Amino acid sequence: MENIIKKVKDGLGGKIKNWEEKNPGRIYITIDKENIRETARFIFEDCKARFIILTGIDTPLGYENLYHFDFDSIGTVVTVKTLIPKSAPEIESIATIIPGANFIEREVYDMLGIKFIGHPDPRRLLLSDDWPEGVHPLRRDFK
Amino acid sequence: MKTVIPIGPFHPLQEEPELFSLTLDGETVTDVDVRLGYNHRGIEKIAETKTWDQDTFLIERICGICSTSHPIAYCNAVEDCAGIEIPERAKYIRSIVGELERLHSHLLWLGLAGHFIGYNTLFMWGWKWREPILDLFEQITGNRNHYAMIKIGGARRDIKNEDIPSIRKCLSGLVPPLEMITKAALDDPVLHARLKGVGILKKEDAIKYCAVGPTARASGVAIDVRKDEPHAAYGMVKWNVITQEAGDVFAKAVVRLLECFESVKIVQQCVDGLEKTKGAEFCKEVENIPPGEGIGHYEAPRGETFHYVRSDGANRPVRHKIRAPTYVNLPSFKASCIGQTISDVAITLASIDPCYCCTERVAVIDPKTRAKKHITGEELVRLSQEKTRKIRDGLLKGSI
Repeated sequence: MENIIKKVKDGLGGKIKNWEEKNPGRIYITIDKENIRETARFIFEDCKARFIILTGIDTPLGYENLYHFDFDSIGTVVTVKTLIPKSAPEIESIATIIPGANFIEREVYDMLGIKFIGHPDPRRLLLSDDWPEGVHPLRRDFK
Repeated sequence: MKTVIPIGPFHPLQEEPELFSLTLDGETVTDVDVRLGYNHRGIEKIAETKTWDQDTFLIERICGICSTSHPIAYCNAVEDCAGIEIPERAKYIRSIVGELERLHSHLLWLGLAGHFIGYNTLFMWGWKWREPILDLFEQITGNRNHYAMIKIGGARRDIKNEDIPSIRKCLSGLVPPLEMITKAALDDPVLHARLKGVGILKKEDAIKYCAVGPTARASGVAIDVRKDEPHAAYGMVKWNVITQEAGDVFAKAVVRLLECFESVKIVQQCVDGLEKTKGAEFCKEVENIPPGEGIGHYEAPRGETFHYVRSDGANRPVRHKIRAPTYVNLPSFKASCIGQTISDVAITLASIDPCYCCTERVAVIDPKTRAKKHITGEELVRLSQEKTRKIRDGLLKGSI
């Protein structure tokens, strides 16, 4: 069990800003948003984790993107955390690396207005076609 | 000639309306596009306005079929956040409710799949033997669906020991028909001819699209949250993860049928556990949820359902993220439908068990003339049934 987690830790090296092991099954890693593509590629392709989903949260400090990965063979969920400033809500897309992230990045754009740079198909996913531009229902200032 | 066929978006009897736009070259599918959001209810947003306990009721209503899977995953997440270990008896209760739900869900799928390919006998059988499970649910939980048995810290209600003979009787009555259906379906030469090699999802595609549940297991990806991260009573009982290698519709049917037997095994052992823990505590008192975050997941009948909660110490979550299994299984159509013929699409779409919907209205557009032709959902099912009939007739002629 330790091996694969050690591989993640060593492989990411200096990219890790914070490493928190809440319990053996839940690990939270904080990285800079500039490193998200390389981190996602390393965990998905080199460490063979399964991408579960992405959670976007509107916090007082900025938008938080949490990328959840599961190492099924050892039952450990690794969550990669990034903080995106509210002044420039954009981050690089990982959908070209992980096709399974295509839908959720479109959903996060709908709900929180975070732009995914380089997304292969940046259409709306959940909101209807006549929903006004620039209104994102999961933002705290949504009324 | 290139043709675009939209399937969907609405069928009033189904959950999860979706729009599938199939691009066809002749009869062959060359591209699939899925449009979601027709039934978006904003549950993640509503969840932030309700208390921790009220949310268990709210999210039970995400799905009418796998209605207990979401509360189990949600409570796992809250318990992960607060560091709560649930009592042993609650573990058995959760697994019993979860597995009975899997049984009725798989039988429901089997019936629908049978109907789509023109095997209405299978439909009648599947739904007939699903009924005693729903009756049992009514007896032990008070409801045929939306059982409200799961609570943060354990179970909301106990399963009474006087109900245990009924559970045992239901299970022992279910095994012979299950064996019969399994043998009848898996030995049938028409089903072999109709479903083998249809809608193949290759292992590498299943991994690429992050597929879960029977959809992934039928493609040889041995993932199952119940085994990989044993919670509830899954680590305390003996059972096996069912996998198949072929990845076609037939393999997905085999996985679901064989999983039914595993579910029966699990419930039988959990019932023994209930007898042993008679009178024991079945729910911990949870006063408040400390600030922090928690992740919980559960193997719903259709695959992993995932919940993430964040707490700031107040009486309600500040964020509650939900991911249902169909969300990641749907995009795999890009891999499994392309190259299929239109008559195989109905069963391929149904093979991931997406709470099958949307075939109410199909329009065929000729891009050259812009002429629009509407086909009903019945027509699509008829095309599929026709193909089975042709195969059956051909096999009969061959055997004479």
